[in-house]
Amino acid sequence: MTSKFDRLSVTRRRFLAGSALGGLAVATGGIAAPHIARAADAPAVKVGIIHPVTGGVSYSGTQGRAGAMMAVDDINAAGGIKSLGGAKLDALLADAQSKADVGAAQIEKYNDAGVSAVVGGYASFICLATTQAAAKHGIPYVVDVGTDDRIVKAGLKNTFRFSPGYGVFVETAIRTLNEINTAAGKPAKTAVIVHEGSAFGAGTAALLQKNLGGIGINVLEVMKHPTPNLDFNNIVLRIKAANPDLVIPADYYNEYVLLARTMQQQKVKPKAIFSVLGGAASQYKFVKDFPEAAAYIMDCNHWYNPHKEAAQVLRKKTEAKGLYYTYEVFLNYEAVMLLADAIERAASTDRAKIIDALTNSSWAGHFMPYGPTRFENGQNTGARAVNLQVLDNDIKVILPPEFANAKPVFPRPV
Amino acid sequence: MVEAAIIVPAILNGLTTGAVYALVAVGLTLIYGVLHIINFAHGALLMVALYGVYFLHALGGVDPYLALPIMIPAMFALGYGLQRFVIGRASHGKDENVMLVTLGLAIVIENLALYLWSSDTRTIDTPYGFSTVDFGVALIAVPKLIAFAGALLLTLALWALMRWTDLGKAIRAVAKERRGAALVGIDIEHLYAMSFGIGIACLGAAACLLLPSYYASPHIGSAFVLIAFTIVVLGGMGSFVGALVGGLIIGVTESVGGLFLGDSLGQLGVFLIFIAVLLFRPTGLFGQKA
Repeated sequence: MTSKFDRLSVTRRRFLAGSALGGLAVATGGIAAPHIARAADAPAVKVGIIHPVTGGVSYSGTQGRAGAMMAVDDINAAGGIKSLGGAKLDALLADAQSKADVGAAQIEKYNDAGVSAVVGGYASFICLATTQAAAKHGIPYVVDVGTDDRIVKAGLKNTFRFSPGYGVFVETAIRTLNEINTAAGKPAKTAVIVHEGSAFGAGTAALLQKNLGGIGINVLEVMKHPTPNLDFNNIVLRIKAANPDLVIPADYYNEYVLLARTMQQQKVKPKAIFSVLGGAASQYKFVKDFPEAAAYIMDCNHWYNPHKEAAQVLRKKTEAKGLYYTYEVFLNYEAVMLLADAIERAASTDRAKIIDALTNSSWAGHFMPYGPTRFENGQNTGARAVNLQVLDNDIKVILPPEFANAKPVFPRPV
Repeated sequence: MVEAAIIVPAILNGLTTGAVYALVAVGLTLIYGVLHIINFAHGALLMVALYGVYFLHALGGVDPYLALPIMIPAMFALGYGLQRFVIGRASHGKDENVMLVTLGLAIVIENLALYLWSSDTRTIDTPYGFSTVDFGVALIAVPKLIAFAGALLLTLALWALMRWTDLGKAIRAVAKERRGAALVGIDIEHLYAMSFGIGIACLGAAACLLLPSYYASPHIGSAFVLIAFTIVVLGGMGSFVGALVGGLIIGVTESVGGLFLGDSLGQLGVFLIFIAVLLFRPTGLFGQKA
């Protein structure tokens, strides 16, 4: 079954030979033996890297895989897992095909292949299925993105999410929107929500609608559309008629871009476009392709700590590969790093020991704008969302102040 | 809550969108009318054309509208070759085989695009991309106006070609009576490929008109093809005028329906029309009885 996976770095034959030699080294060597002599022979740690690299969300999946592989390469280049005699990470790549059932089936194959842990999933609906499938076999699973909070509320002991979930995003968005609006003298009193029809868009819209009233913003209209949506003229006409202070989109990339472009075309200029997990607002590609349509858009999203050198190094590395530095890239990079730290401390490829190490993780070697790492029911309680804004053709962190590298510009200049 | 002031812009917007739908549907209806096959690869080939226009712009700096004289012959050649050397040969003259071959082609082409160009969305920025013309009651984007005029002109040109040229007459002859056409010396294989080529050339034109206000991605074709099928059925299988009128009706229905029912339900009207046509006028608005 292992031949089903795209293997990197270690072939099956080399892996078997390595296992035998590594086993011998562990049996006879003990701790004193030099790392370098044993590194080549140490058994590789098999890690499943699963993403939807084909189908509807394949762009994000491909980006995520690239991020995870950069982490694997960095870990292996730095000498692998030291507590396991320099064992290399052996990435077994799988495609969830943007389908939950395919994702779950891939986990079964991972189990047959004897992986020590799995990273990835990307979309919430995939993560919900893959984490459950992994739990059945006791495989430690680090969720890379999957913002749906049900993923960490199912009581699965094997599931860990380093990044924040939905609830944190909406809470942060409402709080920071209120802060920004209050600081500017409360110019925003009305809003229109535009959202795509699936769980992500509809869920975000419902939460926002419920909470915006509490900060004195009246929701004039909620406009739902399908994905893909070929034309946004109608929606923009309705926005124009409603004339809100804020437009709040909850869309995937393509629709978000079309909406922003159509708004620019139809000269609809609200005081701000403010989104939560906005499909395009925090994408360098959008900023580069359509700087005018993207200017001043605010977004509450995943982001790195701009003051950390390591984040900038990874950005350069990503761009050197001809890829955009999207959140999928750095979240996957960090998810693999978190796992590597746990394996290092577990000093074992045993699934239960790795789960223990993840449960007790206080990993601080990351470059995210997070508080101290601590897992509670699989969720990193230190995970935080930040507020971003497109300023000077770049994406800047505007809140919270300790991570900010720019001040919010609101209302947007006419 | 819909104000009257936004109904007129919505209708105008529907007309501009509908014209491009029509151009996609015209190719489909031509292929159906002559070859009597439903080309499932139509959407995938539209996607290829969109990438063609994108790469001409990104790598060669060719404006999408100036790419028309390149894309139309290029897509024609692709269509001609596909029918002559792949679809025609693999189908062994059976209609059900043709359908499977085109379906297979669609899958191969889409996945090849995914492999070669990744699932990344490609857009182009043109100097006129955000320009609009103020009609008083509505602001209409320049690319949409050009697409509207271009689609109308091309459909008319195609209609004229079919009506007045020898090629058009021969194609119509083959469509009406295959064996009779062969008996009077018409090269059937060649004409099949010509029809398929012309149908696909329409996609080349549609792509040039679409890209300035839209995007290219490997799965983009399917969004258009379902609507194009509806238009073909609505207008009457094989009818050009039907495809044009059908396209405009569908465009306006979708747009106005979206306004009243929300964009998620806007397409409801499109499919209600589809079902009504099948129930009450199965040959379509301009279709002839088989």
